[in-house]
Amino acid sequence: MGSVTATVAPSTSANVTRWFRTFGALSRAGFRRYATYRQAAFAGVVTNTVFGFLRCSVLLAAAGSGTVGGYGRDQLATFVWVGQGLLAVVLLWGWSDLADRIRTGDVASDLLRPVHPVTSYLATDLGRAGYAALSRLLPPVLVGPLFFDVYLPSRWPTVGLFAVSVVTAVVLCFGCRFLVNATAYWWQDARGPLLLWTLGSGVLAGLYFPLRFLPEWLQLALWFGTPFPSLLQTPLDVLVERDPPATQVGLVALQLGWAVLVLGACRLVQRRAERRLVVQGG
Amino acid sequence: MRAYRALLGAQARSQTAYRASFLLDLLGNVGATVFDVVTVLVIYGVTRELGGFTLRETLVMVGLSSSAFAVADLLVGNIERLPGLVRTGLFDAVLVRPLGTLPQLLLMNLPLRKVSRGVFGVGVLVVALGSAGIDWTPARVALAVVAPLAGVVFFGSIFVATATVSFWWVDSGELANSVTYGGRDFTSYPVTVFEGWFRAAFAYGLGFAFVSYQPALVLLGRADPLGLPPWAGWAAPAVALVAAALAAAAWRTGVRHYRSTGS
Repeated sequence: MGSVTATVAPSTSANVTRWFRTFGALSRAGFRRYATYRQAAFAGVVTNTVFGFLRCSVLLAAAGSGTVGGYGRDQLATFVWVGQGLLAVVLLWGWSDLADRIRTGDVASDLLRPVHPVTSYLATDLGRAGYAALSRLLPPVLVGPLFFDVYLPSRWPTVGLFAVSVVTAVVLCFGCRFLVNATAYWWQDARGPLLLWTLGSGVLAGLYFPLRFLPEWLQLALWFGTPFPSLLQTPLDVLVERDPPATQVGLVALQLGWAVLVLGACRLVQRRAERRLVVQGG
Repeated sequence: MRAYRALLGAQARSQTAYRASFLLDLLGNVGATVFDVVTVLVIYGVTRELGGFTLRETLVMVGLSSSAFAVADLLVGNIERLPGLVRTGLFDAVLVRPLGTLPQLLLMNLPLRKVSRGVFGVGVLVVALGSAGIDWTPARVALAVVAPLAGVVFFGSIFVATATVSFWWVDSGELANSVTYGGRDFTSYPVTVFEGWFRAAFAYGLGFAFVSYQPALVLLGRADPLGLPPWAGWAAPAVALVAAALAAAAWRTGVRHYRSTGS
């Protein structure tokens, strides 16, 4: 029997509206799937809130009564509390669905579907992020201001730019997780890469401390050389207006560039992987 | 005792069977602790003092905290798998064997890869104690040995106590992390960094102040800016024993509450 490649482009008559309808349906399914775990979401919110207190207190102590790394006290508070919520929206950690499905062979059924795997996983992930925005981002954003003075954006365009930046961060983070998981196509198991990802992403995305605390050359190297700052630090910097408008736009543009690059890499890797994948079973 | 030793031996053999994988795990596990220390260093890169303490003084607390946490995580952290066992009903298998439930659970899957973390944590403590300019007396030497051990017992108790929540609330998910990993972060900084009821709850309510902050004050020969007397540094073992007793009670109540699964 000849080889079959599941993701060859369908006939060109494919309808754009139909594509959007499929994408929307998958996203809604993702939203509903994650909305079933309400207790887990609650537990996550409690944990994020405790860490909000911890990180906010430490950074405020570092700022003293002045500024630190170019952030004022209120900007740091917003940075930490929105960051605690965004962490769950972009889902930095704890996604090994694809790697698990590759290991068990379930991925074969993904390949039989008439939707490109990258597209279908992305649609599901956007639905998940939508639910996380309600259940995980909103609570810390509401709790933080009760205990700390927070910074609110003073320029209107910032709000729109922040929204674009968050969506881009979700897409980019999905792409990175997909690539990390996809190593399982070659190694059967993605534990090592997942471990490195969990280690690196927290510190390099600006979760433990704002990356602006680092020396200038290192900041540039991280922003241009790795996708990590674009996952968390960029949306937060945009929101607290750390930089003038032109730099804000530049940061988001850089983020978009990374998202396009990583999604392209996902499709390429998926295509290569399908030529290697051996599904076990009878 | 022989049964436990057999369990441990089997674990060691199975985990080291794939050498490359085991080495990678050792390396990856040390990373988490390294980044905790890096975070403290970076924050001190932009400020000279934190809550009235210099970098050298804070590093003593980081050393006490990370060595205690890492060793406790190696010995007891495995209990984090309990929610899964309760949900699937696999905890039954532990109950029917003629050995204690808690020791079995801990030895059944002792994560040897976390040894690297413990070694690094102790290393940080030794370096921090060496560079903090401590005026060594016999009492301080004794405290430098006792405090990390008390910290291990304390963090171990926290691991067990938070895991028992899953006997009542199966889907508690990452709730335990807020006290275990949260406690680790809390004890890495001087208590003076935190404020209000949050400080009261974590430092004195849960007792985290006695893991690193109070012992570090005694070692450094500093008075507590928050007004606790110097003997508070020596209270660490007592606090740890109380925590262990409470955790043991919680565990026994939890095991009795366990009802397995079924349709």
